[in-house]
Amino acid sequence: MNLLMTGSDWLALFGHFLSLSLLAVGGAIALAPDMHRYLVDERQWLSDPEFSSSIALAQAAPGPNALFIALLGWNVGLNTGGYGAALLGMVLAMTGVLLPSAVLTYSASRWAHRNRAHRAVRAFKLAMAPIVIALLVATAWLLASALFGKAYAGVSWLLTLACTLIVWRTRIHMLWLLGAGALLGAFGWV
Amino acid sequence: MAAAPVAQADEVAAAKPESLTDLFWSFSLLALQGFGGVLAVVQRELVEKKRWLTLDEFIEDWAVAQIMPGPNVVNLSLMIGGRHFGIRGALAALAGMLTFPIIIVLLLTILFADVADEPAARGALRGLGAVAAGLIAATGLKMLPALRKNTMGRPACAIIAALTFAAIAVVRVPLLGVLLGLGLPAGIWAWYRLGRA
Repeated sequence: MNLLMTGSDWLALFGHFLSLSLLAVGGAIALAPDMHRYLVDERQWLSDPEFSSSIALAQAAPGPNALFIALLGWNVGLNTGGYGAALLGMVLAMTGVLLPSAVLTYSASRWAHRNRAHRAVRAFKLAMAPIVIALLVATAWLLASALFGKAYAGVSWLLTLACTLIVWRTRIHMLWLLGAGALLGAFGWV
Repeated sequence: MAAAPVAQADEVAAAKPESLTDLFWSFSLLALQGFGGVLAVVQRELVEKKRWLTLDEFIEDWAVAQIMPGPNVVNLSLMIGGRHFGIRGALAALAGMLTFPIIIVLLLTILFADVADEPAARGALRGLGAVAAGLIAATGLKMLPALRKNTMGRPACAIIAALTFAAIAVVRVPLLGVLLGLGLPAGIWAWYRLGRA
């Protein structure tokens, strides 16, 4: 793809990501549908495969899954020119999406920590505990369902279930499991 | 094999980060071990190994990180860094969380462009995803012991957890709806029980 980005285009990208930041309740992945609408459909700065491979690679690489947003910015920049433009795109995308939410989270958590003895703050935290635990298990469930689709699904679920039990009940290092998963996948067994 | 020991009995955290450099490198190491998400590693490193947080504190922080907008593990690093060293701590932890992972994911993107069409490469991504899902589920299950002391009581916790799972995984209610629809009644119940305790 060959693309021409003007200064105001870059500003629009930055502004759009700023405006999405505070909507990212439940994690950055919740923003993916809207980013797809904006970058691929509306502006046509990215192609569909570029968009989905950004998400898949960020999931596979170490670090926060939110890095798919850095890759989106990187790929927009790459479509307009070299690595310099790609870096600019990455910095604008990440700064835009992180700045408002980071400021809000930092201030709110300081407030909650100062008022941690307050009955309402304690009630909030107690109430959230079972919800947070169930959310994690549900997230794993959703990730696995989206990933496995139809083919070989039984074996894939078995692998996920086995990893759940191993990580929960033993202290085996996760890198072994990830390596095993990548190998099984590369041979086409899961 | 025996269950992994969990630092659940501590009332206060046994340790804390020594300096901004300690924060930066600790979060860098955390992030670099976090394939398919960082949360599972955060719990193991910060709660079980370094003991910067007790399990209860971790769950509380995670609840706040989850409910605030923004990437959850990024929020968590801001909160933990900020608690010990203010704004500078928050930035050091954030920089640790992002710097090396960004470099690696960019290298991967550049390399992957050459093999993206190979079935083996796509298969490996899929296998990694299956393991990553298991890691996330296990992270949730490891937090179960913290519910024992919850003032709401075990039956209430079990009902809230079951409803949350059903709403998100089966009915697919948007997260905000779940947090308000279940969090609010649960919060009122917890408030009531705290008053009686």
